[in-house]
Formats: sequence, C-alpha cells, structure tokens
Amino acid sequence: MEESRLQLLRERAKQIRIGVIEGTHAAKSGHPGGSLSIADLLSYLYFEEMNVDPADPKKEERDRFVLSKGHCAPALYAALAARGYFAPEELTTLRKIGSRLQGHPDMTLTPGVDMSAGSLGLGVSSAAGMALAGKIGGKNYRVYTIVGDGESEEGQVWEACMFAAHYKLDNFCLILDWNGLQIDGSVEEVMNPTPHDKKLEAFGFHVISIDGHDFDQIAAAFAEARKTKGKPTAIIAKTVKGKGVSFMENQVKWHGSAPNDEQYAQAIAELKGGN
Amino acid sequence: MADKIATREAYGKALVEFAGQYDFVVLDADLAEATKTVIFKKAYPERFFDCGIAEGNMMSVAAGIATTGKTVFASSFAMFAAGRAFEQVRNSIGYPHLNVKIGATHAGITVGEDGATHQCNEDIALMRTIPGMTIVNPSDAVEAREAVLAALKTNGPFYLRFGRYAVPVINDKPDYRFTLGKGIRLADGRDVTLVATGLMVSLALEAREALAQEGIDARVVNIHTIKPIDREILTAAAAETGAIVTAEEHNIIGGLGSAVAEVVGETCPVPVVRVGMNDTYGHSGTVPALLEAYGLTVEHLVRAAKEAIAKKRA
Repeated sequence: MEESRLQLLRERAKQIRIGVIEGTHAAKSGHPGGSLSIADLLSYLYFEEMNVDPADPKKEERDRFVLSKGHCAPALYAALAARGYFAPEELTTLRKIGSRLQGHPDMTLTPGVDMSAGSLGLGVSSAAGMALAGKIGGKNYRVYTIVGDGESEEGQVWEACMFAAHYKLDNFCLILDWNGLQIDGSVEEVMNPTPHDKKLEAFGFHVISIDGHDFDQIAAAFAEARKTKGKPTAIIAKTVKGKGVSFMENQVKWHGSAPNDEQYAQAIAELKGGN
Repeated sequence: MADKIATREAYGKALVEFAGQYDFVVLDADLAEATKTVIFKKAYPERFFDCGIAEGNMMSVAAGIATTGKTVFASSFAMFAAGRAFEQVRNSIGYPHLNVKIGATHAGITVGEDGATHQCNEDIALMRTIPGMTIVNPSDAVEAREAVLAALKTNGPFYLRFGRYAVPVINDKPDYRFTLGKGIRLADGRDVTLVATGLMVSLALEAREALAQEGIDARVVNIHTIKPIDREILTAAAAETGAIVTAEEHNIIGGLGSAVAEVVGETCPVPVVRVGMNDTYGHSGTVPALLEAYGLTVEHLVRAAKEAIAKKRA
C-alpha cells in the first residue's frame, strides 16, 4: 500500500482510538480493550472498504456493518464520527442519559448504525439476514460483521455461519477479532473455541488469517473476500486487546473498565504521540 | 355444525392470498409442513427460506432482512418462536422495532400427543412483556386470515398465535369485522362477561347458552388482540356486568387473564375468575382428553361464571 494511504488509515485509526478513550473516560464505564483491538479494522472498513455515505446513512445500496460484539460500540461511534456521521464532540455523551450513543449500538438512535446488536451472537445472524436480503433483491452491497473471539463461544454464531454458507452468501464477510481475552480470562482457558480456522472452513467459509493491525494484510484480505464467490469469507484477525495504550495491552481488566483521569491523560498522550 | 379448520391452516393460506399484494418473505425452521408455511413455499419457493432447526438464528436473520425494508414472516412452534428465541425476538426484533411477523403455531395444549415439551402455555406472557409487540390470538380460520392481513398492514413486530387443532369456524358472518386492538362483543349480557381468546371463544359462546338455561345472562367478548388490549370493551364489561371470567388456552399467569385483571384493576375493579392452564405443564393425550383434563371446558366456564357472580359485592 502506498505510504499516503497508509498514513491516512493510521491517522483514522488513531482518531478512533482517541475517541474510544474520550468516550469511555467520559462515561466512566464501557469496554476500551476490545474497542482498541478493532480500531484498525474499522479504520479500513469505513475509510477504504465500505461504500457508505454519511450524508445518506440509509442509502439502499450501501454496504452494511454490524458490530456483533456490540460492547465495543465506543470504537464504532468513534469511526462513525471520524467518517462524518456526527460531530466527534458527541463521543463524550457515551452511555449518558439522553445520548444517542448507547452502551451497545442502537440503529434507531445513531446515524450510521445499521443494526442494533450487542447481545452476543445476535448481530452475526442479522448481518447474514442483510446479506440474504441483498441476494433476494439483486443488490450488490456487501455486509460486514465483527465478531468477538469470546463471542464465538455462543452457539448462535455457528448457526449463523451454517446459514451464511448454506445460502452461499459471498456478499457476507465475518471478521473475527482474535484478541485472546474475555471477561473471565484468556479465551482458551475460559472455554476454548479454537481452532477457528478449521471450524469456519468446516462450516463452509473461505478463511483468511491476518494480523489485524497490519493494513497491507487487512487490505489484501478484504480484496480476497470480494473475489471469493459462492461462499462467505471469514477473516480471522489476530489483534492485541487494548492496542495502542501501553498499560491496556493484553490486560484482561481493560475489557470492561474505563480509564480514570490520570490513565486517561496517559492514554491520550501515548496515542497522540504514536502513529 | 360449523366447519372445523386449524388456524395454522388459515395462516398458510393467507400468506399465499396476500403474497401478490404485499412484499414479504417467509422463514421457517424445519417445520414448514407443520406450521403450514409449506403452502406458501410451494406457491412462492423463491420467497421462502428454510433456516433449519435454529430458531434463535432465524429470528435475528429475520431482523436483518427487515432492516432492508422487507417484511418477514418467521415461523416455528410457539414453544421455540417465543420460548427458545425469546431473547432474539426481544433484542433483534423488538428493540429496533423491526417489521418481523412471528407466525407461531402449535400454541397451547391442543398440540396434543407430543406432550408438555411442545405445548407452549407461556408465549403470550413472554411476548406481552416486549415493548411495541402486537399480539393476536385468533379464534378461528376467518380471524386468522384477518390477523395476517392486519400484521401486513401494521409496521413493527407482531406475534401471531395459531393452533394445530381444527377448531369451529365461528366468524363467517356478514357482520363480522376485525379491527386490530378492538375486542368483539359477540353476545350481550348483564350478569357476567366471559372474556375469551383463541379456541376458548367458541366454548364461551356455548357456556353462554348453558348459563342461559339457568337464568344467567352472560356477555361474551372475543379478545383476539391481546396487545394492545381493548381497555374500553373490558372496562365497559366490568362496569355493566360487574364480574368477569377470562378463558384462554395459556397459563393463567401472564396471559389474557392477567391482562384483563390489570385493566379492570385500574379502571373498574370487579371479580375476575381466570380459566386456563392453572400454572401447570401439559401432558400427552388426545385434544378432547387434554381440554377435559385441564378444565378448558364449557362446564368449567359455567362454574367460573357462577363463582364470579357470587363474588360480586352485594
């Protein structure tokens, strides 16, 4: 990827990460760890991959995105704000009474949110439904969903995978955020859902494994997904929970707790200092 | 003797009848032969999608389809549609208020021989607690057709409750009018009101005749729309007859009986005696044997009416 594009994507990812910290700090709650792990994926989706228009959020032909791991809404909101769906200043209303930015995404409140989701396992099915609707209606849009690795312990994820493969939804792209941690500990220790690649293949997916923080690999994976016909694609993105904030990286306690003022200042300084 | 048709049969036929006029698709979870969506599947195979035995996924898929502007009917047995998939119905369909119509068949104990695991007597209670959910429990095939049409004309989540068992057609009359959210006063009376839903409506009409033999003048109200419930007709019944009996093929906890008691408790408190499944599971057996065993009978309605009248304040 040429340097200028790469710089732009990194800049957007940084904006998203800062938005995550701003939002969860202001809310005094929320899920920064898994939000930071998907920031690069969201940067690519919203600034390169998806055909979306902030001026017309409900455009029929648009590509669609469902954050099945909806607790990472702070990252989605930050991406939407960065993309121009609403002002970045709104990010600090996260989780507050009267805000459009609910703890988990609400399609009826937030411009750019395509599906209410967050009860784990449900969003991936809805994304598959959107993909089927595209096929029925002869539309060319694509549907993307990010699923958590812990979330993959939910049986419904696999029901949805069976469904997507059965109906040959090649306009459907599942991204697994493989950050390795869930609330009670490491994903493998809590309830080992691996190997995801073999399981997803067995469920009828074309599977691509990448480093979820490497934009060249992300770009190549989405391009390959577009070219894959007759079956859905799953991108297993190896990521770092808390990515970009030193004291949050790979720390399970940052799954669902917000930074205090001091931690906030340090996190913002680190993010603004780095790429 | 009136014809007997199962409301599920009317559901399948209505889907075909309205398919030309309305843009919708139908999902099922490997029960098309039983829910009768098979009738639609045969007529419109390109608009029918089997989801396999995965009801939770089906409900969330239905929600996803509905976000694109298409109306979706999602069918299974009530046990799985409202029970198994409750959370998907609540979070994927109800919370975003999407245009998904849940066609739940095999509700209540008239499932028969399959027994308690498949006899859902809790679905109305579950669905009633979902904000924005409309619930219709038709009393016969005529009303079932109207319910499907009403679902198509109404924006938002909609729960349609159908039965497996063939029940008498009681609404094939020129003056029959279905209005969503409005109960139907089938017979006037002064002493007590029998408020019934689903297959209990025809039994309530029979109970009225039996009560008349004993000089008791019973009003009969058909509540096909359980939510939003017709507060007006219930309040008038309470005020004008002073006692109410509710009749439903559902647990008396959370169903029609609860809904009626909630309304009249607020608007015009009178004795309410609830006839239905008395907080119990069902059993295997023929439908007549089950209705008898669990007291979903004309005799029980007559007893309940007398009990309600006796409780009136002097």
